[in-house]
Amino acid sequence: MRSLAALAAVLLAFAAHAAGPQASDPALDKRVAALTQDLRCLVCQNQTIADSQAPLAIDLKNQVIEKIKQGASDQEIVDYMVARYGDFVLYRPPLKATTLALWFGPAALFVLALFVLFRNLARRRRESPDAPLSEAERKRAEALLGKTEKESK
Amino acid sequence: MNRYLLPLGIFAVIAVFLAIGLGLDPREVPSPLIDKPAPAFSLPRLHQPAETFSHADMKGKVWLLNVWASWCVACREEHPVLVEFAKTGVIPVIGLNYKDERRDGLRWLAQFGDPYELSAFDYDGRIGIDYGVYGVPESFLIDKNGVIRYKRIGVITPEIIRDKIIPLVRQLNGNA
Repeated sequence: MRSLAALAAVLLAFAAHAAGPQASDPALDKRVAALTQDLRCLVCQNQTIADSQAPLAIDLKNQVIEKIKQGASDQEIVDYMVARYGDFVLYRPPLKATTLALWFGPAALFVLALFVLFRNLARRRRESPDAPLSEAERKRAEALLGKTEKESK
Repeated sequence: MNRYLLPLGIFAVIAVFLAIGLGLDPREVPSPLIDKPAPAFSLPRLHQPAETFSHADMKGKVWLLNVWASWCVACREEHPVLVEFAKTGVIPVIGLNYKDERRDGLRWLAQFGDPYELSAFDYDGRIGIDYGVYGVPESFLIDKNGVIRYKRIGVITPEIIRDKIIPLVRQLNGNA
């Protein structure tokens, strides 16, 4: 029983550690969670600040909490991060001249691929019409078929 | 003929893009701080805790701000290069001791040499955040008007000093 309690204590300690810095008030928690999920951790680049346990991510989380407590709006906090770390800190890159290819490139490629596909299909249909065989073609086909039949016997 | 040229062309385009991609370092994120005024700060010094150092103290000088920490492995690699560079006296090198214990920082400098005119002591890393620091060592070349002109994320090598920093310092000292 005592070992179970000890285990529970250890697990709790782990859970508390994994959660990182936390605010006590639920509304605040929600805003912090929403904001930090949109911000990239620059140390471990494919994680958000919310997911990451890197010291810098924890500092930035604390910074977000502090800013919210000071009454900053979400946009102000995002601007604060972008001013320091650049657009890269955003998980959703902003729509700008330099990011047009990023935003619309995949859709443009898809449209292009569809265009090529339909053009090829149309051409194939033109080249192999379902018209009946001409007399000469039929004779040739029969000759070929007859030949293979004889050979296989 | 066209049948072979088209896939070959596509292959060539992909190969070029991949080759460029291989040469890029994803850790090197373009800093939004280039050509912006260096964020203001005033911090206690590492050696003299009672005294403070402010970015404004360097006004009128081209200087290098080097972010370092005793716990930073790459800083040790960089350190001898900085010590050599500081000896040439081209520009003052100021250290920003980032998220470090004062005792550890002082011991580190005593052990490996101190290239810094002085080090500012950023215990909680707040100034580091203002400078967009995310991977120590980082270095900022700041001009006479306090504008950041160049940022190096990662270790400064003799090549970077020769090819980037010295020419830029020359240009900044000439123009201003």
